[in-house]
Amino acid sequence: MSEFLEHPGESANGDLTPEEKLAAHSRRTFLFKLSVLLNAAVGTVLAVPLVGYLLGPAMSKNTGSWIVLGTVDEFPVGQTRLVDFESPVARLGDGQTAKVACWVRRASEQQFQVFAINCAHLGCPVRWFAQSKLFMCPCHGGAYYEDGTRASGPPERGLFEYKYKISGGSLLIHAGDMPTLATQAKCGGKPLVQIEAATEKGSNSWPA
Amino acid sequence: MAGLKQRVIDAALKSYEWLESRLGLIKPISKAAAHPTPANNASWMYVFGSAATVLLILQVVTGILLALVYSPSANEAWGSLQVLNHNIALGWYLRALHGWGSDFMVAIVLIHMVQVFLFGAYKFPRELTWIVGVILLLLTLGMAFTGQVMRFDQDAYWGLGIGASIASRVPFVGAPLVHLILGGPIIGAATLSRFFTLHVFVIPGMLLAGVGVHIWMTLLHGVSDWPMPGRIVSKATYEKEYHELTEKTGIPFVPDAAWKDAVFAAAILFSVMACAFFFGPFGPSGQPDPTIIQTAPKPDFFFLWIYAVLAFLPASMETPVMLIVPVVVIAAMLALPLVAGEGERHWTRRPIAVLMVSVIALSLGIFTRLGTYTPWSPIMEAWTSDAIPVKYLHDRTPLERQGALVLQDKQCRNCHSLNGAGGQRGPALDDIASRMTEDQMIRQVLQGGGNMPAYGNALNPSETKALVRFLMTLRGNGLEPAIDASQKLSGSGAFYVPQRPVHSALKNTK
Repeated sequence: MSEFLEHPGESANGDLTPEEKLAAHSRRTFLFKLSVLLNAAVGTVLAVPLVGYLLGPAMSKNTGSWIVLGTVDEFPVGQTRLVDFESPVARLGDGQTAKVACWVRRASEQQFQVFAINCAHLGCPVRWFAQSKLFMCPCHGGAYYEDGTRASGPPERGLFEYKYKISGGSLLIHAGDMPTLATQAKCGGKPLVQIEAATEKGSNSWPA
Repeated sequence: MAGLKQRVIDAALKSYEWLESRLGLIKPISKAAAHPTPANNASWMYVFGSAATVLLILQVVTGILLALVYSPSANEAWGSLQVLNHNIALGWYLRALHGWGSDFMVAIVLIHMVQVFLFGAYKFPRELTWIVGVILLLLTLGMAFTGQVMRFDQDAYWGLGIGASIASRVPFVGAPLVHLILGGPIIGAATLSRFFTLHVFVIPGMLLAGVGVHIWMTLLHGVSDWPMPGRIVSKATYEKEYHELTEKTGIPFVPDAAWKDAVFAAAILFSVMACAFFFGPFGPSGQPDPTIIQTAPKPDFFFLWIYAVLAFLPASMETPVMLIVPVVVIAAMLALPLVAGEGERHWTRRPIAVLMVSVIALSLGIFTRLGTYTPWSPIMEAWTSDAIPVKYLHDRTPLERQGALVLQDKQCRNCHSLNGAGGQRGPALDDIASRMTEDQMIRQVLQGGGNMPAYGNALNPSETKALVRFLMTLRGNGLEPAIDASQKLSGSGAFYVPQRPVHSALKNTK
């Protein structure tokens, strides 16, 4: 298998043992080691920005923004409705995937709850059933009550909730990351306008 | 004439010598191909590795051809698959070849691995060949998963959501990990681009390099000899014994052993073509629009078992199991030849190995089967599409029939079946009254329990009454009703036992 040709140009030292060759090459060996060191330095300088580029998405602090879901009048008290919106963090070429759906529940005149469509188990889209007052997940059978608390199945917690506020008769939510256990639907920083209807919601709001 | 023939032969030989003197590869490769191998491994059991390689080449070729049309953009990917399916001549066939080729490749790689495991071929001196093989299996599964994302339909979209949700459970770095996988805060253009990069550049590169190393080591150590009970692998003697066996019984790998590989590879390629031709391409299913929520996402065949396992894990165990078990399993597979590198090779002397393969295959088979019909998922349309069987409405009181309406209207059927129609999340209700008393039913309906949500907020007292009265009539084939022995003893007599036909039931309840 291994019929390698002998390297040409080595006949001059052909009568030396490898150890003797090594000794004879001490300056070249030193230069070679130096060149390895040089390449290690250059490689590091090259690699740092490349790794930075690669890890860029993981490092970015994208907090999302407030987005209008509609006027308050569009949501009758006591009902839960599906609302679509364009993700505020969408980018060029996202196409249909830029769209987001959420469930808006108007619990009372002043109290809303806006649930992420994503099941808290593994992110599948939950569906609302008004008659049994349950959200059901098609993937692994997670179920939630109308206030988003866990009813049964594999989810370990209730539905993710968006932070909301009412401004000028409109319902706004703070949207950004796709909601998962680590990136919950929540406000990254302080809301810009402090009309916080959510403050009296108590247990309904997940800590920011 | 003879002179001309001779001149042609001479010219061909001269060209060959010119080429080989400059290239230097033809002779060593021919020599490697014709290397002697023990006659006992020229068997139909030794054809899976070469078949997997042939399938890899098929995937590379069909993949390149698909990439001529496919648009790896979140905006256009789904549409470009429709174009491939309907507007490009034979585009559907290329997609089908690539899709079926992928399923065949995963299957053949798994069979290859089981064969090597059962034959003890991973033992000395082929430990590293096995380890590289485990990595090749993971890369193959990586290709299957990223390939499913390339379809960029509803299943791909929500499959990415499942992947991100699993990643989000990693402690401390969950959020950065999700962003790294998705390429941004949401599933979108960046997500498809990076999965395309993985599917087309990164993983295939590693796969081809890995296959090269895998085959090189197979040549270096020779194809393992057929295991014999009692022939022990020992690091001190194995190589000498293998050498002697090869010298005594050796036949040239090409052509004496390789013809079986070639025939099997041809049969596999033919099967892929037949499946592609008769069953067509996979999907794409609905558009990747996350506001279309009328969907029940499901992964491709080889990931169904994971999908099923995720439905059965209790919430408290889920995150640790998801994050720790894969690491342990992969580490165990990698460490196997280092731990068990010597000893018996024959399967009759390795009962635990046989038991392991049986249990693992059976478990994967059961979970995959469950994944095909997902009994844990509510059937979202059952309450409007599956009517109450007429026989359950005969001879019922108005109140009981009202209860049947409540059962239907409150979506009970999404999880409970009647006469075989409806969800399987909860138990079938056909004989519920033979298992539960009226009091138990009321408690279960209002408070929930087990996997059942509480309906206390969704039912008013009269609805509850009607519902439970209807359920009390469901006793299968005239089974005895469930009774509460304590109430009978206390003599209160206040429990409700409907009889059939309904006239006697009325009499009974006064």
